[in-house]
Amino acid sequence: MNAGNFVHRIWRFGSDIDTDQLAPGAYMQLGIPEIAPHCLESVRPDFASGVKTGDILVAGENFGIGSSREQAASVLVCLGVKAVIAPSYSGLFFRNAFNVGLLLLTCAQADQLQEGEHIQLDLKNWQIHRGASQPLFCTPVPEFLMEIVSAGGLLNHLKALQNKSRGTH
Amino acid sequence: MLEALNAEVWDKSRVVLVMDHYVPEKDAGSRKIVQIARDWARDQSLPYVYDGIGICHVVLPQKGHIRPGMFCVGGDSHSPTGGAFGAYMFGIGSTEMLGVLVTGQIWVRVPETIEMHWSGPLQHGVMAKDMILLMLGRFGMNGGNYQAIEFSGETIRGLSMQERMTLSNMSAELGSQVGLIAPDQTTVEWLRSAGVSDLAIDEIKNFTTDDDASVTHYEFDATRLDPQVAAPHSPANATSVKVHHGLAFDVAYIGACTGAKLHDLQAAADCLRGHRISPRTQLMVAPASLEDQRAAEADGTMEILRQAGAQLLPNACGACAGYGATIPDGARVIATTARNFKGRMGSPSSEVFLASPYTVAASALRGVITDPREVLA
Repeated sequence: MNAGNFVHRIWRFGSDIDTDQLAPGAYMQLGIPEIAPHCLESVRPDFASGVKTGDILVAGENFGIGSSREQAASVLVCLGVKAVIAPSYSGLFFRNAFNVGLLLLTCAQADQLQEGEHIQLDLKNWQIHRGASQPLFCTPVPEFLMEIVSAGGLLNHLKALQNKSRGTH
Repeated sequence: MLEALNAEVWDKSRVVLVMDHYVPEKDAGSRKIVQIARDWARDQSLPYVYDGIGICHVVLPQKGHIRPGMFCVGGDSHSPTGGAFGAYMFGIGSTEMLGVLVTGQIWVRVPETIEMHWSGPLQHGVMAKDMILLMLGRFGMNGGNYQAIEFSGETIRGLSMQERMTLSNMSAELGSQVGLIAPDQTTVEWLRSAGVSDLAIDEIKNFTTDDDASVTHYEFDATRLDPQVAAPHSPANATSVKVHHGLAFDVAYIGACTGAKLHDLQAAADCLRGHRISPRTQLMVAPASLEDQRAAEADGTMEILRQAGAQLLPNACGACAGYGATIPDGARVIATTARNFKGRMGSPSSEVFLASPYTVAASALRGVITDPREVLA
């Protein structure tokens, strides 16, 4: 493990980030690439333009509360966000995120992660490595959800299952 | 997407399509979205399609599609409304809905049960909306922790079916997966009138929580409940209406699956009968379904609202989520809707206060936030 592996830059947000902040209703009839520049603009206008592929969003309790709109998760995927780390999520958002290929990590100690810090994810041991500091622990994600998110979302996962079942007939 | 998967709908007889968010179409974008849905419904020959006749959470039970003991999912976060009928119903996103359409399957983590037990009768002028806002103020927006909430007790038993729907509807704001109410005689009678003719009272006896179930239990006293108002920008900012008494606003909005069913329209009319609203404000009413609007026409409710100066909007989601009509920039709104997030009703600079139809109507009458008990007394 060298410093080059600490590739994920942290963007810090507070608690109760809702789906209207992630994907504002006024832009909902547009496509994901058009909604994405407005992602979180009401709480942090520099986020959508500044976030880079592989960055990680860290937030407080109840991330993704609000509506069932999965665009709230899709815009983060579109912006290149690697994962979200928070102590708790809206149940609906949790489902949607995995279905569109966004990894959510539940970490009770998420508030220790600092804005601008670079981290490494160890998804075998469910740890977040932070260089000199002690690693943080995440709640393990069930295997079937990891399969969905690894496939890039439920659609790709279903396609793969179909190809597999056709292949065996 | 079905084409991309080269897949068929697993069982069309179990699919209901309701067009409510982008109707009536206000521009090219919404026309395109609704057209996709209409074309798909036609190509698939779906047996149950409801286009522009109201909001899905209200239309589904009114058309007899919900019954106790059902397991259902809906493509909207207020789908737990079905819990009012004893159906385990929750909202999912569109990709997950595709998965359900193709496979007929979905995963659920077995929930814990959180019982919200209410005792005593509500005062005149206090309603289910006030009960759920109080619970939101106490438990916050994720207090339900995606578990199963059950609303129980004599207060619940005494509520009409549509009032129960308001509780289950806003269990979404409490962050539970479902908001269940054990079905009873009220449920059976209401569903029979909606065309569910084969529902026996014996059948519903199974759909109650076991006596020995492990339940987290909370007690509430309905008799002492004040009308509640949730200040911007969270439904959990709920307090007694007294805290905001006298606050001026621009728009009173009676709409949404949460707050514009027949019972809600009747409550508003109770406050407005024979009066006109304050010239300082405007009142917008978007009845939740065509059926509710027709019933409100038949019993004189709509006439009272019109005479009071209400502006009538179509039977759709309307301004609640800024999809249809929108609220002007900078406007302060008091609404019967479920959410008051920043920008929710269209403009980030608007402020939305949430309240019951009684409180919204009484406030429209005075032009300032008003305890409806003063108006009804």
